[in-house]
Amino acid sequence: MSEKPSRRRFLQASLTLIPVVTLAPHTAFSATPSPRGDDSTESSSKFSPRYFTASEWAFINAATEHLIPEDEMGPGATECGIPEFIDRQMETPYAHGALWYMQGPFLPDVAPEFGYQQRLTPREIYRSGIKACDSACQKNHGKPFAMLDVASQLNVLKQLESGEITMEDMSATLFFSQLLKNTKEGYFADPIYGGNKKMAGWKMIGFPGARADFMDWIDHPNERYPLGPVSIDGQRS
Amino acid sequence: MAIEKPAVDAVIVGFGWTGAIMAMELANAGLEIIALERGEMQDTPETANYPNVIDELAYSTRGKLLQDLSKETVTIRHSVNQIAVPYRQHGAFLLGNGVGGAGFHWNGMSWRAFTQDLRVRSHYQERYGEKFIDKEMTIQDYPVSYEELEPYFAQWEDVAAVSGKAGNVKGQILTGGNRWEAPRSSEYPLPPLQSIYGAQVFSKAAAELGMKAFPVPAANASSPYTNQYGVRLGPCNFCGFCEGYGCYMYSKASPQTSILPALRQKKNFTLKSRSHVLKVNTDSTGKLATGVTYIDSQGQEVFQPAKMVILCAFQMHNVRLLLLSNIGKPYDPVSGQGVVGKNYAYHMNSSVNVLMPKGTQLNPYIGTGAAGSALDDFNGDNFDHGPLGFIGGASVYHLRTGGRPIQQSKPLKDGPSWGKGWKASVQQDYQRTLPIYAQGSVMAYRDTYLSLDPTYTDVHGQPLLRMTFDWHENEFSMIKHAIDGATKIGKAVGGEVQVNLRKSGSHFDTRAYQSTHTTGGAIMGDSPNNSVVNRYLQSWDVSNLFVMGACVFPQNLGYNPTGLVAALTYWSVDHIKKHYLKNPGPLVQA
Repeated sequence: MSEKPSRRRFLQASLTLIPVVTLAPHTAFSATPSPRGDDSTESSSKFSPRYFTASEWAFINAATEHLIPEDEMGPGATECGIPEFIDRQMETPYAHGALWYMQGPFLPDVAPEFGYQQRLTPREIYRSGIKACDSACQKNHGKPFAMLDVASQLNVLKQLESGEITMEDMSATLFFSQLLKNTKEGYFADPIYGGNKKMAGWKMIGFPGARADFMDWIDHPNERYPLGPVSIDGQRS
Repeated sequence: MAIEKPAVDAVIVGFGWTGAIMAMELANAGLEIIALERGEMQDTPETANYPNVIDELAYSTRGKLLQDLSKETVTIRHSVNQIAVPYRQHGAFLLGNGVGGAGFHWNGMSWRAFTQDLRVRSHYQERYGEKFIDKEMTIQDYPVSYEELEPYFAQWEDVAAVSGKAGNVKGQILTGGNRWEAPRSSEYPLPPLQSIYGAQVFSKAAAELGMKAFPVPAANASSPYTNQYGVRLGPCNFCGFCEGYGCYMYSKASPQTSILPALRQKKNFTLKSRSHVLKVNTDSTGKLATGVTYIDSQGQEVFQPAKMVILCAFQMHNVRLLLLSNIGKPYDPVSGQGVVGKNYAYHMNSSVNVLMPKGTQLNPYIGTGAAGSALDDFNGDNFDHGPLGFIGGASVYHLRTGGRPIQQSKPLKDGPSWGKGWKASVQQDYQRTLPIYAQGSVMAYRDTYLSLDPTYTDVHGQPLLRMTFDWHENEFSMIKHAIDGATKIGKAVGGEVQVNLRKSGSHFDTRAYQSTHTTGGAIMGDSPNNSVVNRYLQSWDVSNLFVMGACVFPQNLGYNPTGLVAALTYWSVDHIKKHYLKNPGPLVQA
């Protein structure tokens, strides 16, 4: 609510930058027209986040687009709906830490081989991590992450990955790995979860999605599978 | 006060593979049976229907079919001097939950044991001398031989509609099968699955080195099959969604697919889900079980009296129930005394990745849980261990369980993990990466065991199970030998070979998935001094208590455990039916 108009305009502008056309590797085989047309392919720009605040949403959009950028292999994170995916995941038991054993005592300093020993849930990791990252960016560059130029953003992400940015509640590497893991999930999970729009993640590697029946191709060794992906709710390509 | 239910002949705790086998066989014998499963009811039409089950995020990523760790987990430490911490998130092993247990979401690799696997201590002493076995190694022979178990392996393979190619029928070595396998009485119920392309490449490369690969025995039906219970399985279509999923094709054997359709017709069988057993009750002497106490689906405490109690929960949970019920003497690693929790073991795995030429179409999504080729040249005692100095071995194989992109499209080692470079690497390598795996045995040691945790509790306030486990040099040497072999095969395939070897000095890492093949803790043996159960899987301490599952393995073998688990269950129930029911009491005199 306290944001300056200029920043809000920036967010709106940055979220509507959608590539015109993206050709995926399997276009040659995807002759079957989509029975649903393009109605299931709305981009993240039309999505209103339920968990993330406006400034967090700006961070998520900007950061995920670096993790999975748009290029000749296909669309990037924002066009794929990955920010939407992550926001929707924040409302699931997973993000509340409800799938994990969360009883204390917590001994976070044991050897890393013993796995996650923090009490933070994914929701808290994002809330606290974005705040800490934006504070660091404000301090070092005078702007939050989403307002930095592309080269500076890339640099900050590398610093998060290597743990160079200091955070009070956790290591920056924990925050980064949470973000990276959920970003890849949003790229490759079925489109029903809001990411992988137009099944772009699947097309990029040539995964046929929910086809799940290869009886007729098991005896075609070393031959490209001829059909494009389908999704759980019936999208084809 | 607990609600008391009418008594039954047998109460079965846990309804995975061993619970389903026990229930079916004892129901056929006319017993009144109640099976208590703490998880949800789940069956193919509701839990594994197409297309909803083809959902990598919900199932294998978030673990829809896995144990809810928020309610109960285990704690883990590497050595007796450390404080154990909870296994807070699923990682190294994936505990099952609900009707079918891990048998609902498994892959279906169905092996028999080698003859020498069941008499490891005697075999190594005979071939390599007494001094060959390290003093800290607490391995012991199974109190049952392969020859005794053979009919029960055959029975299991019929129930699970196992597809494969025999390599040894009654001593005759057959082309195309595993020449090292112990003699079988007959061929597999079904011919092998069609060979995926990667398996053809692997087999050809192995052949160039003089090794004969064979089809992995698969509880994924290669064609329609009706098993001895009259249940029909359909042919596998290589959908690539076995591990972590139920099978929508009714092709992968599971308690649901292979037994329940016949079992649920029986009026003398009742299955209660959402029923969590807290303990086995015993009488004032402590020598006889009177039944079990459980929390029912409404949260009420219930006492279920029974003439027999059969523990069929997962390996770890059976051990925990024994400890929580004060049955048997807990193992003490300092004195070496006690048996409950003793000889916990695992699998030691490593792999190599072969990067085949660009343009290769391995089509990794065409797969099934046990679709692949294996060889046993590095397994069991099929090679001279004398100059190598270690015990055990590993199965080496190429397998394609699917090409599910969230978990199975990882970039190769040292590649970029995000950005354009990551996209390029994943796109290029997805189709041409051929993994070769080595799954190796883990021996039992004085300092690897299970006990109750002094600090952490489950949702009911009962102590969690505590695992004390780390790797030993023997296993590092074993897996290096197998991976050296796998590397040679990889080089014969052609292309760049990347080796992912678990190296000496590293510690058990709970984070990345390795294997759910946890074993031991309620081991079988020939004396109450060295074991929890006798050769018929009957408790030495409480004669109307039987304990099933991989918890009875004295140490682990270089194969997936389910075939041996199931064979031991059929062996046990056959003796219960033939001898115990006529004359209840110890089947072996201590």
